[in-house]
Amino acid sequence: MSSALSIRQLTKTYGNGFQALKGIDLDVAEGDFFALLGPNGAGKSTTIGILSTLVNKTSGSVSVFGHDLDRQPAALKRSIGVVPQEFNFNQFEKTFDIVVTQAGYYGIPAKVAKERAEQYLTQLGLWEKRDVPSRSLSGGMKRRLMIARALIHQPRLLILDEPTAGVDIELRRSMWSFLTELNQQGITIILTTHYLEEAEQLCRNIGIIDHGTIVENTSMRQLLGKLHVETFVLDLRHDLAQAPQLAGYPCRLINAHTLEVQVDKDAGITALFTQLALQNIEVTSLRNKTNRLEELFVSLVEKNLSKVAI
Amino acid sequence: MSSELRANLVALNTIVYREVRRFTRIWPQTLLPPAITMVLYFVIFGNLIGRQIGDMGGFSYMEYIVPGLIMMSVITNSYGNVVSSFFGSKFQRSIEELMVSPVSPHTILMGYTLGGVLRGLAVGVIVTLLSLFFTHLQVHHLGITVLVVLLTATIFSLLGFINAVFARNFDDISIIPTFVLTPLTYLGGVFYSINLLPPFWQTVSLANPVLHMVNSFRYGILGVSDIRIGVAITFMLIATAVLYFGCVRLLVSGRGMRS
Repeated sequence: MSSALSIRQLTKTYGNGFQALKGIDLDVAEGDFFALLGPNGAGKSTTIGILSTLVNKTSGSVSVFGHDLDRQPAALKRSIGVVPQEFNFNQFEKTFDIVVTQAGYYGIPAKVAKERAEQYLTQLGLWEKRDVPSRSLSGGMKRRLMIARALIHQPRLLILDEPTAGVDIELRRSMWSFLTELNQQGITIILTTHYLEEAEQLCRNIGIIDHGTIVENTSMRQLLGKLHVETFVLDLRHDLAQAPQLAGYPCRLINAHTLEVQVDKDAGITALFTQLALQNIEVTSLRNKTNRLEELFVSLVEKNLSKVAI
Repeated sequence: MSSELRANLVALNTIVYREVRRFTRIWPQTLLPPAITMVLYFVIFGNLIGRQIGDMGGFSYMEYIVPGLIMMSVITNSYGNVVSSFFGSKFQRSIEELMVSPVSPHTILMGYTLGGVLRGLAVGVIVTLLSLFFTHLQVHHLGITVLVVLLTATIFSLLGFINAVFARNFDDISIIPTFVLTPLTYLGGVFYSINLLPPFWQTVSLANPVLHMVNSFRYGILGVSDIRIGVAITFMLIATAVLYFGCVRLLVSGRGMRS
């Protein structure tokens, strides 16, 4: 599969001397749904800023679908759609005008622009708000407006910088299905998010950036495969006075009817239920204590933090 | 026509349309105030005080100041349109919509400049029509009149663009109009002929670019001028070219827009 994005030895040092990127290499394949994760200030937004040409790189190379950032910036820009973290549209313009105007910047004739604007605003549930000044839209609607605007020139690579921040769960799920649909249509998607459940659910590959370096770049499956121990929370039908003895499964009682159990990947979960059944402990429901990706993310970032501290 | 050129023409049309839509949407802030201000100038300076002053350059005082007042409104509105629109885009970060798109720096600059020129011309036409209630206007040389008003509006639109690029807050976009533009305009022969000044101040006045613009325009309308028209137009052409390429360089560097 050909490369949608190729980054080599990318560095960025800001005017105040802060080194935001320290020579990162990153490849995203065409058609991928890629998660770029990292704590605040790790370099995610700087990377996206360089891709969208809003930040000047210090050194290194970037190419999108073979278009080099330095030599073919116009072709590169045509293949990218960017949904930034902050709202960056004219708050006094109408929703429809914002999308159609953006199309004009890409040289799309007005007739085609209006048809596409209707299509994307309808798909994103904003058509009823087409004549409303954008400042009066809710936070979730503003985010969807930026997605419609980013899609208007039909880019091959869509970059979303925390698109679901501050969006309620119902709307977030509808955005997930919209993005999944786009990806199935062949659009490569790069997503940064703080909701790790979102990244785990949507993305096939993942890069974790911290302190300006890529600390992990692999497939979601391989990354999750590194998780050796998961913590489950079990709701019990009958109260217990103390935590049961479960061989090979360290556990603790959170309260009389809630048990927390650590499950080693090799041990599996079937034997745990066998032991619980033998002790007449009935389980009504089971859930992960934390998101699996979140556990890995925290451990990777903490590991990198100790390296940086050394 | 290449697809690149066609795309940039569509983009140029989009930017100009957006600029015109902006200043017509907020017409009570953009088109009405200069009309009211100029009517006050016509009534107070032209009618009340002008009657006491008598003729100037062979014309009534009202006739003499009308071209200067038209030019003054073109200058302030061309400048004001670009500086407020471009700085507003920077402030709201909507300038990023343009920066991420493949629009060339030339197209961006031409779009904003044309927006400024069109607002300057719109206000100029309004002020000209209002002036007809107070005096009779003739056009001595149509070609020079049109050329000078276009060059002046372009130069001040480009200057407004530079101001907006360097501005970091709203104070920065009012400093130049208040402390530079207004004094230059008032001392630029709008209300008087520099022949009334002592020789030293006549020479000093010649260093004021606005004097050349106002007098060239007055020549186009009335056929009288304190300066040499050929020199003034050459200066304006050179200033337009220098400012244009300076602005393109600012856009390419991303100053005030890219980190």
